[in-house]
Amino acid sequence: MTGMGTNGAGSGPVSGRGASVTLSNLEKTYDRANAAKAVDGVSLDIRSGEFLTMLGPSGSGKTTTLMMIAGFETPTAGDIAIDGKSVVAMPPYRRNIGMVFQNYALFPHLTVEENVGFPLKQRGVPKAERAKLVAEALELVHLPGYGARYPRQLSGGQQQRVAVARAVVFRPRLLLMDEPLGALDKQLRENLQLEMRRLHADLGITFIYVTHDQEEALTMSDRIAVMNDGKVAQVGSPEDLYDRPDNRFVAGFIGESNFLPAVVRGMEDNIVIAECEGALIRALCPGRPASGEKVTLTTRPERLRFADGVWAGTPPQNRLSVTVTEAVFAGERCRYMLQAGDGTSIVLKEPSSATIRRRAVGERAEIAWSVADTILV
Amino acid sequence: MSEVVQPASLALAVSRPKTSPFDWRRAVPLLLAAPLLIYMLVFYALPVVAMLLRSVNDPTWTLSHYATLLDDVVFQKTFWITINTSVTVTLGCLILGYPVAMGLVRAKSMAPFILVVILLPFWTSVLVRSYAWMVLLGRHGLVNEALLALGMIDRPIRILNTPLATQIAMIHILLPYMILPIANALRQIDPSLIRAASGLGSTPFMTFRQVILPLSMSGVAAGTLLTFVLALGFYITPAMVGGPRDITLSMLIAQQVDQLNWAYAATLSAVLLATALAILAVARKLPGVGNAFRTSMR
Ligand SMILES: Nc1ncnc2c1ncn2[C@@H]1O[C@H](COP(=O)(O)OP(=O)(O)OP(=O)(O)O)[C@@H](O)[C@H]1O
Ligand SMILES: [Mg+2]
Repeated sequence: MTGMGTNGAGSGPVSGRGASVTLSNLEKTYDRANAAKAVDGVSLDIRSGEFLTMLGPSGSGKTTTLMMIAGFETPTAGDIAIDGKSVVAMPPYRRNIGMVFQNYALFPHLTVEENVGFPLKQRGVPKAERAKLVAEALELVHLPGYGARYPRQLSGGQQQRVAVARAVVFRPRLLLMDEPLGALDKQLRENLQLEMRRLHADLGITFIYVTHDQEEALTMSDRIAVMNDGKVAQVGSPEDLYDRPDNRFVAGFIGESNFLPAVVRGMEDNIVIAECEGALIRALCPGRPASGEKVTLTTRPERLRFADGVWAGTPPQNRLSVTVTEAVFAGERCRYMLQAGDGTSIVLKEPSSATIRRRAVGERAEIAWSVADTILV
Repeated sequence: MSEVVQPASLALAVSRPKTSPFDWRRAVPLLLAAPLLIYMLVFYALPVVAMLLRSVNDPTWTLSHYATLLDDVVFQKTFWITINTSVTVTLGCLILGYPVAMGLVRAKSMAPFILVVILLPFWTSVLVRSYAWMVLLGRHGLVNEALLALGMIDRPIRILNTPLATQIAMIHILLPYMILPIANALRQIDPSLIRAASGLGSTPFMTFRQVILPLSMSGVAAGTLLTFVLALGFYITPAMVGGPRDITLSMLIAQQVDQLNWAYAATLSAVLLATALAILAVARKLPGVGNAFRTSMR
């Protein structure tokens, strides 16, 4: 790979094979008349070699952020540094970043080989070396022997692989992907998710991946930045986001959550005791809410159990009396809609088993769950 | 194929009264077009055919009119001038038109304004535009006055009634036929391709060379063909602003008609028509061009 990656963002304090990316207070307003910010003060530290996913609903500013990193949009305010060096003033073709577009953006007038060789040609790599690198890249994405075809002669999944090969053939230190699997069917998407992980492990470069599919984000990423309304709602590992959401948006956006209105009654170390529907519920809480404050507790449906069931070890501390309002058998699990006291509805998911008694609608029951699965948001 | 068609034709058969021998619904488009078709047949196709026939049956059935063209010096010089003018004008339109097409496609709020400027010649008669060029290019016209004022020349130069005048005026008149197909092709280029090229390390110039230009070739081919074929038949403009000795094929035809030399005029017309058709036929065979031509004609 001699003579490559020396221009653009390749210099500066370099560690490992992947670039580090720092976004500081990044802002973007598209038109001055409508002052709504597409990206509103995003700060993120993306580590060298990390697989970071930006996850968020439509219009939350994911693409805009990615386009600013790639250099296709200019930030209204804030800074982008790659390997510690600001790139805001650098045109895209000097940034040396690999990019996979949602529609793949393969050149229709070029063959697969010419498409993959395109970035090498721009860098003046001699023909013989180009052919070798292209063959390697096509092998990496499991498409050897397709070099002479045109993009329109490939299936969607194959086109996607060509786009990936083209984005990594020049060994960029950073790869950006905007919903690269969005146009594919579920089966193919799951296969390619695994391949992306493998590719990330093989190449060791930094991946910034955009998706609005939370399952995809949870299975693939080292860390996820949840975006909402142009802001980062939370950054963390998939486990962090699922088990310890910082706020109601994250709890509701990633997986399913129950929200219980409660009133703070006291604190024990970093556990808050709150009253909810006449019961005292304990929850993890990083801050120190005042006694009497109205708060919301959150917990996951699959972490709840009926209290009279079979327990391994001591039954958990949090308990609530409920009435079953709906019971749905969904194969691997049963899903119950429950009502606590005067109106709070709660979802409970129980693994289905022939030995577990199914509850009937209208039945009264007590549910139980552990303090560690309860978060104050 | 037949399996796919079957359900639809079955449905048609069911909804159609079985006794009806004729499907009126299919005849409707033809009936709607009939008045125009008849008009075209009577007032256009028949006269053209009658005219062309004169090249082979005047005074009796013969190919002698064509044979004489082979060593007719006037015809050969005229034919050469016509081709030469058309090539020059087409190249001029391409060089001037391509950047305009790019500007038109890139412009945002300015686009309607640019489009009006491009289409303005369309809305003015060729005669008026040719008169305008006579005024501009004349001995005391705007162009000469400007060059004098700038000190680039000492006395008025002769532009009017030269081949250059013909070329300038024809380029002006034919520019929209070049710009619009190219703009159409440029507009169809997915903007993400240009971003992709840039992201993959291509400077704006390299992106133009390797992505934009090849992907707009269909429009270039269509525009070139259209402009060239139209230029072949130009009459009014070269007659008005061109040189007295630089006679094009259509001028020669008009001259022969004036002299009631019908057979000769018909033969020349047939040659002009055949040239245009031959160019179209060859162009359609070139890979990609036929497709482009059909698209731009849609
Ligand atoms: N070129 C543009 N001009 C004006 N506004 C834009 C433009 N692109 C995006 N926006 C606006 O900026 C906001 C963020 O858009 P962005 O495309 O970044 O969202 P996203 O998170 O990628 O959404 P999606 O999941 O739908 O792709 C939206 O409100 C959008 O309408
Ligand atoms: Mg997007």
